[in-house]
Amino acid sequence: MTTLPADRSAHSPLASLWRLRSYVRPYAGQLVTMLVAALLGVGASIVVPLVTKTVVDGPVAHGQRDRLVPLALLALALGMTEGVLIFIRRWIQTTATLGMEKRMRDDIYAHLQSLPPAFHDRWQSGQLLSRATADLSAVRRFVGFGLVFLVVNVATFATVIALLVRLDPLLGGIVALSLIPVIVVCARFERGYSVVSRRVQDQTGDLATSIEESATGIRVIKAFGRRRLMAEAFETGAREVYDTQLAKVRLRATFWALLDLVPNATLGIVLLLGALAVGQHRLTLGGLVAFITLVLQLIWPVEALGFILASGQEAATAAQRIYEVLDSRPEIVDRPDARVVDDSPGCLRFEAAGFTYPGGRRPVLQDINLTIAPGETVALVGATGSGKTTMAGLVPRLTDVTAGRITLDGVDIRDLRLTSLRRLVATAFEEPILFSASVRENVTLGTPDATDADIAAALSLAQAAFVDELPWGLDTRIGEQGLSLSGGQRQRLALARAVIGRPRVLILDDPLSALDVTTESLVEKALARVLADSTALLVVHRPSTIALADRVALLQGGTLAAIGTHSELMADVPAYRAILSQESEEVQSR
Amino acid sequence: MSAPPVESWRGVAAERRDDVSTGVSALLRRRTRTLLSSLLRPHRRSMWLLVALIVLQNLAALAGPWLIGLGIDRGIPPILHHQGAGTLWLIVAGFAVATVVQTLAQRAFLVLTGRIGQDFVLELRRRVFAHFQRLSTAFHEDYTSGRVISRQTSDMDAISELVEEGIDELVIAVLSVLTIGVAMLLLDVPLALVALSSFPLLLWLSAWFRKRSAVAYRRTREAVALVIVHFVETLAGIRAVQAFRREPRNFAIFDDLNTRYRDATRRSFRLIAIYAPGMKLIGNATIGLVLLYGGFRALDGDIRVGVLTTFLLYLRRFFDPLQDLSQFYNAFQSASAALEKLAGVLEEPPSVPEPARPHPLGSSIRGAVAFAGVTFGYRDRLVLPRLDLVIPAGQTVALVGPTGAGKTTIARLVGRFYDPDAGAVSLDGVNLRELDDETLHRAIVTVTQESFLFSGSVAGNIAFGRPGVDRSRIEEAAEAIGAHEFISALPAGYDTDVRKRGGRLSAGQRQLVSFARAFLADPAVLVLDEATSSLDVPSERLVQRALRTILADRTALIIAHRLSTVEIADRVLVLEDGRVVEDGPPAELIGGYGRYAAMHRQWMESLV
Repeated sequence: MTTLPADRSAHSPLASLWRLRSYVRPYAGQLVTMLVAALLGVGASIVVPLVTKTVVDGPVAHGQRDRLVPLALLALALGMTEGVLIFIRRWIQTTATLGMEKRMRDDIYAHLQSLPPAFHDRWQSGQLLSRATADLSAVRRFVGFGLVFLVVNVATFATVIALLVRLDPLLGGIVALSLIPVIVVCARFERGYSVVSRRVQDQTGDLATSIEESATGIRVIKAFGRRRLMAEAFETGAREVYDTQLAKVRLRATFWALLDLVPNATLGIVLLLGALAVGQHRLTLGGLVAFITLVLQLIWPVEALGFILASGQEAATAAQRIYEVLDSRPEIVDRPDARVVDDSPGCLRFEAAGFTYPGGRRPVLQDINLTIAPGETVALVGATGSGKTTMAGLVPRLTDVTAGRITLDGVDIRDLRLTSLRRLVATAFEEPILFSASVRENVTLGTPDATDADIAAALSLAQAAFVDELPWGLDTRIGEQGLSLSGGQRQRLALARAVIGRPRVLILDDPLSALDVTTESLVEKALARVLADSTALLVVHRPSTIALADRVALLQGGTLAAIGTHSELMADVPAYRAILSQESEEVQSR
Repeated sequence: MSAPPVESWRGVAAERRDDVSTGVSALLRRRTRTLLSSLLRPHRRSMWLLVALIVLQNLAALAGPWLIGLGIDRGIPPILHHQGAGTLWLIVAGFAVATVVQTLAQRAFLVLTGRIGQDFVLELRRRVFAHFQRLSTAFHEDYTSGRVISRQTSDMDAISELVEEGIDELVIAVLSVLTIGVAMLLLDVPLALVALSSFPLLLWLSAWFRKRSAVAYRRTREAVALVIVHFVETLAGIRAVQAFRREPRNFAIFDDLNTRYRDATRRSFRLIAIYAPGMKLIGNATIGLVLLYGGFRALDGDIRVGVLTTFLLYLRRFFDPLQDLSQFYNAFQSASAALEKLAGVLEEPPSVPEPARPHPLGSSIRGAVAFAGVTFGYRDRLVLPRLDLVIPAGQTVALVGPTGAGKTTIARLVGRFYDPDAGAVSLDGVNLRELDDETLHRAIVTVTQESFLFSGSVAGNIAFGRPGVDRSRIEEAAEAIGAHEFISALPAGYDTDVRKRGGRLSAGQRQLVSFARAFLADPAVLVLDEATSSLDVPSERLVQRALRTILADRTALIIAHRLSTVEIADRVLVLEDGRVVEDGPPAELIGGYGRYAAMHRQWMESLV
């Protein structure tokens, strides 16, 4: 019942790029304006050499002072017009393409939020982040630049070659032919370069992993004195990056050198043949000057063609990667006729519930039958890996059952609106999840309308008085970007977050494991009051917490092996005793 | 009460101490200069070669347009006068030579700068990595792993990017602006002055752009950082996000951050949208002026048409690279800010330094640990006032006491994660300060609550305790600690990849693996700081049984909240405010009426 990754072959990169048109459409008018501005700008720049030709052949050759001024002023005006047109194109580009990029990023984020945890377990967040940053930039660059100049450069190319051929058919033909090697060099370079660049990226990624582990695992490295071992691993990774970078340097150097060589060689030939042509009066002096300037103007559009094609390819791959995410269907969603429920007595029932991982052979949970009456607290006990956390995740539908069903007051939870269900059910996770935000924001995660009194009550229940001692109290930023808290403090905030909304159903996954003995017993006392009027499922590893529960369920091999009170199970079920009896054999044998 | 406004969610945080000013000023700081010169010193000779190459390349590049002008002025007239094309051929041959020289010099220059740049980056990477590894855990705790990582990834990338994407072209561009200016002056002074008249305007526009874009660039960086943090945290905490119906508010926050990011980017893009066409406009206007004035001079016969052509060709080469400078500027800025931060890191003195001449401990380490007059405090808080403690070789000592009593501090001093402020901690009578890292940690190994695992196989993680050991020893260690069973049940057994930070395993399983790792290391002294806290009862029982054998012939220091772990100790120390208030065998203390007896009673009651 989890999301399957989108079929990669379903859409080719180009088809994916085409699918992005819906994002481009709102800016179609602006794109057309950009295109027109670019064409006019290039047009203006092509006319300048022709003006130069007229200046050389007319006023300069024939000493016409009065004609020189208007011609030079025309060149000046054309040059300045080109500048203004470039400004217009770039200015519009900042609004259009950035607006498009933002909308796509919003959509990716919203979509990712709707995908179930199973999806996020499979995908590394770095992979998803690069789709929302690097890939989007690639698309933006192509739409705002590549697409426009693909058209403009082809137009420039055609116009200039036509002009050159008109000036001198033979020379023009030679120039046109000389550009073929440039295009070939560019295309080959791009292919080679993108391969090497990707290799650098991958190797830098590997190196980053080694850096990350050396930083996060610093205690273990120091505890075992393994600095040298880590340094060796790092050295290997850094060397790999270095070698590939050098390969890249050589490739780039050859490319740039060739890119300068071909047009310069062409210029040499143009100079020779052009001068000869002038000598034979087939070409005017001004014509030769114009010819040379025009040839220089061709270089950039031709060079750029390689980059534009590469940028198109990059954007197409990026689009494909973006759609890989956007095409993943969220499987845990509201059914069409899902019900809104505001309050409920809170009778939670597992009816032959089971769960198997997609593609998994053995079920993790099977045939779970358990009724938790309104207000009752049931503790879930089992050895490590017996499926306790999986079972806890089924209630707020972070995962859906693959067999049987779970009901709340007789209604299948899949027939409730997700928002309704998750308002009624609050969860404290085994690993407390805190965000880089204020304490207030973290505690009122699901209850943004909680009052300060509500927050104070929840914090005092969770024995989180330490919040008062934080530099800015409730407004102190915590998490990775703020103040770092101890494991016990984090756990207490997560607990406060779970109890603050007075939820009908509480799922507490080993909520006290990181607390010291004294705090634990204080929290337990306070928690007992809350549990009196909530339906609760309590995952426990430690005997001390069991006192909070009315009944205990023993999870073994993916199914409930025994249900009863703690003392009943202690008396009758050896497996239960084995898991919970603190009287270790060693102590007994003394 | 209505939902809080979108902006207030972040809360208040302390200032970051590594916020440095970006920009050129950072490059001028002393420590950055010192770092730069020490990294470049080995390349001094290559630098001279570089200078020679770049001068050669520039001269050859300048010769091209000049030869074209010469061809027009000197090559064509003889042909027109039917005196043959000899001069023209000569000039074209010169052009061909210039082209080849330019190409070869440029390629050599690019390869050489590329190599120097990569050497620079590699050496910097090595130094920063090694230095972070040398710095104490206290430093790492304070600095946070996130920043240690970003110094070595995003900051290093910024430097690498500048080296890779353009510092060489930047040098060529700047130099060609200079040489073209000189060449124009040599060709014709009045026309050159007209051509260069726009230069002050260019400088002014560039200065304006630099100033504004420094601010805009910084805002963009800050804005994107917030977008990334929010994005990644949402995904990492997706369970909490969904279970607490956080999606709409998260989206509102994200949309707000995303809008700010777009606005910041737009601001900096708009600066380029003004700067680049502005440069183009000035350049084109200059070409127009040169055409006008040059036209008059050619008309008057003061200069020839070829010279005018050379000027027009030069001007194009003069302005185009200047336009590209705007693209390098951001890269240059972030690289210099990054270098400044890295220089700061490298200046940080290691607070737990290795001895210059380490004491050879010898092969038979007995494992006697002693504290003599040890005083220790964190910043303004004194934790250990003055501790004297002797732990004979082979003894298992449990430390108990309330939070903040100094248990973990003692453990960390034994593992030399910190050095005492006064007094000395010694192993077999040798001060820990006199031992080198590897000797010390072969003798003393600490297992903590966090039980960090590296990504890679289970076997690899256990072998971390003793690199190079064969598979059977690894399995023995796992078996001894009671971890063999669950490891064998993993999909690929000992070869199963535990993923980042051991994410594939449960907290309890991670602890079992880290126990096996410590067991394999076979140290004389074992320090267990809350090392069994995540284990469930059956696993803990297994570990305890194993510990009895493991600890039989070595010294051990155990800290545990659960008193069940403490019971295997020979001796219990009850700590309070950094002082030992009770000291004796557990059985003896339980029988008494002291603090340990009280704690033990409370614990027994909690077991139901």
